[in-house]
Amino acid sequence: MSADFETHAYDVLVVGAGGAGLRAAIAASAAGAKVGVVTKSLLGKAHTVMAEGGIAAALANVDERDNWKVHFSDTMRGGAYLNQWRMAELHAKEAPERVRELEAWGAVFDRTGDGKILQRNFGGHRYPRLAHVGDRTGLEMIRTLQDHGIHRGMSVHMETTLVALLTDGGRVSGAVGYDRERGRMRVFNARAVVLATGGLGRIFQITSNSWEYTGDGPALAYRAGAELMDLEFVQFHPTGMIWPPSVRGILVTEGVRGEGGVLRNREGRRFMFDDIPPLYRQQTADTPEEGWRYVTGDRNARRPPELLTRDHVARCIMREVREGRGSPHGGVFLDIAWIKEKIPHAAEHIRRKLPSMYQQFKELADLDITAEPMEIGPTTHYSMGGVRVDADTQMSSVAGLFAAGECAAGLHGANRLGGNSLSDLLVFGQRAGHYAAEFAAQNGPARSDAAQIEAAARGATEVFERPATTAANPFQIQQEMQEMMQAKVGIVRTGPEMDQALAALAELGGRAAHIAVTGNREYNPGWHTALDLRNCLLVAEAITRAARERRESRGAHFREDFPEKSPEFGGFNLVLRQGADGGMELRRQPLPPMPPPLQAIIEEMK
Amino acid sequence: MPSAIFRIWRGAVAPRDAGPAARHDAGFVDYSLEITPGMVVLDAVHRIQAEQAPDLAVRWNCKAGKCGSCSAEINGMPRLMCMTRLNHLPLDRPVQIEPMKTFPIVRDLVTDVSWNYSVKRRIRPLAPRPPDAADGTWRMQQQDMDRVQEFRKCIECYLCQDVCHVLREHQGFDAFAGPRFFTHIAALEMHPLDRDSRLRELREEFGLGLCNITKCCTKVCPEYIHITDNAIIPLKERVVDEFYDPLKKLFRRKKGSAPA
Repeated sequence: MSADFETHAYDVLVVGAGGAGLRAAIAASAAGAKVGVVTKSLLGKAHTVMAEGGIAAALANVDERDNWKVHFSDTMRGGAYLNQWRMAELHAKEAPERVRELEAWGAVFDRTGDGKILQRNFGGHRYPRLAHVGDRTGLEMIRTLQDHGIHRGMSVHMETTLVALLTDGGRVSGAVGYDRERGRMRVFNARAVVLATGGLGRIFQITSNSWEYTGDGPALAYRAGAELMDLEFVQFHPTGMIWPPSVRGILVTEGVRGEGGVLRNREGRRFMFDDIPPLYRQQTADTPEEGWRYVTGDRNARRPPELLTRDHVARCIMREVREGRGSPHGGVFLDIAWIKEKIPHAAEHIRRKLPSMYQQFKELADLDITAEPMEIGPTTHYSMGGVRVDADTQMSSVAGLFAAGECAAGLHGANRLGGNSLSDLLVFGQRAGHYAAEFAAQNGPARSDAAQIEAAARGATEVFERPATTAANPFQIQQEMQEMMQAKVGIVRTGPEMDQALAALAELGGRAAHIAVTGNREYNPGWHTALDLRNCLLVAEAITRAARERRESRGAHFREDFPEKSPEFGGFNLVLRQGADGGMELRRQPLPPMPPPLQAIIEEMK
Repeated sequence: MPSAIFRIWRGAVAPRDAGPAARHDAGFVDYSLEITPGMVVLDAVHRIQAEQAPDLAVRWNCKAGKCGSCSAEINGMPRLMCMTRLNHLPLDRPVQIEPMKTFPIVRDLVTDVSWNYSVKRRIRPLAPRPPDAADGTWRMQQQDMDRVQEFRKCIECYLCQDVCHVLREHQGFDAFAGPRFFTHIAALEMHPLDRDSRLRELREEFGLGLCNITKCCTKVCPEYIHITDNAIIPLKERVVDEFYDPLKKLFRRKKGSAPA
């Protein structure tokens, strides 16, 4: 009986309390809505805290030649032109204002000599563009939003996980979830819902993502009838830690390269100079000397090839490893210590600009990055794909259901530029919150359906009723899925391997249906993993189906059997939805035509 | 491969409350595990969870020392489980892992830290001065940001709260905010843009005077923030200047306002 469940009613329910969720909640609250936030973790712990490098915004504080047009064209080029142009336009135009308001709310950015917000270089950005706080920008951002948000009248349900969205006809009407502490089911009635659940890295074995990143937003939206898009594009960040084994996957910020760090193979060669894509040849340094001048602020120098886009750098690293020129533990070397040849007090400079990297390697790998090179390799980092949304409002194909940040698709196309994630969270979090509040004001309360609530609650708790004798272990299935996806749908993909992946996912899904959980419902990680696994398996299938369909290589998606870009596939995004028979339906959605003035900007910036 | 014993607190009763009567509900359980190079305590807990005890409750997120979720007491020391390397611990005896003792227990290694969130809400937020430039922006110098940025490194792991004797021994939750929030208030008070003052609350509501600067908080801070020297002592000095300066007192009395 749904009457038994504790029930809350909001105008806008925000799902997730990372950067996008908090910014959405602040915007919805500012628009007069009654706002509830549910978050899987404690407030302030979301994955945004892991973001290191900075927030991309054309403030033009360091180089006055920067403006929204350059940022727009950088973003489109980085995304191999599969981005939704309207989102890239809004993002480039609004990011500076979103950064400035963070400062008004207490964020403490690093400064330029004349007291403005300092900006640093990053891959794929033509000018120094990333507002930052050392290498802990994400922490600064989430703490600022958290501390501002708690004084804005939102109710936060910490350590609460959703298991289903509720719908009323074609419209969202709320959600059902459980609290971790006691395992009690909760009902949230809402006129509008904003998904801000982040990414899906836990589907893969080697990842920089936390346990929360299980593809919840796309999975919840898909089951509620919404469309997903661009799921084949999973970003493998080129620099994750690889040694010792227990730290494998932990992120090493691109800021290391922004500060002059270089990549070398075991022979000591800067291999990034060996392969520069045509699209970037004009903008890339010819010599190491020119690259160094760029990172030290010479405006006439071009950027070193280490600062090419992440998809390209990751593939070059894989090539070095495959061809036997890798480091002892299967990666390559990232060296920042070498700058001591160039500047006095280099060790102090490195500790100041990259304090948490220094600490991370010192404590977890017994390595002093001011003295020795790091060993690094690619790690699953970010999903460009997610819920398909309207560019301006962030509403999905289900009325009243919005999505923002990593769980939404469209801004980044086939590959995301570093720094564009934090700005994405702010720009589209704000938009989603604003338009969700507007939707709530214009539409009355939706009806909540007791049968849907019952079904969701039963589905979430049936694992306790299965006999433990035939039980499958959720941790075991999760691990097998991660290893399988890493091997078959990872950085290098082929059609036959992805066919095998689909078969393996079906088999894992079959076993997951027999998971039994021991213990009770109070803070039981076995249970939580079993529920998260349902989302992981669904989204893993969506990624695989989309990746199998895209028979070309573009951005983060690399097909060994189709290693080149294809003009045909460059004309559309892949959209997925649940078909009438319950299976996944895949279709090609032609790119919306770009208005001539924006086309002209892209031509001009080439 | 070498192995080690992990002695982990299990149950919904806190170690300090677990008298003989509660022993069958709660207590230490030993788990034996093979050790791999570079392993941290959180890896061991995860492996135990996956292979031996799927309902072992533990709170964690980033596993990189950045989110401050996995606080616990390891061999009696408050630490982040994700940043505690096994090769820095003696493995010839069991590695003892307990929940933070200052906060009520939820289950196993998870504690109820919600009190901290209620304290935060009572602290008035930044009140910035009007923008310095016509475009709505401010000008601030890096050296003024440096001291605030030190406090902003805080990851809210609450290990400083766990070790502070005002909270841990005396359970002074009603009259004391604890080192985490003195650091938070210091960041606001020293923020170049802030025009507000939180000195009255520091003295009257947040119990700054109860801190007798034993520096335990500074010792356990995983971000190496100089909590006592850079946050608490300067705040104490400001409170003294504001409320105990004899000249100010005299001045206030003359103006007819209530004596401090």
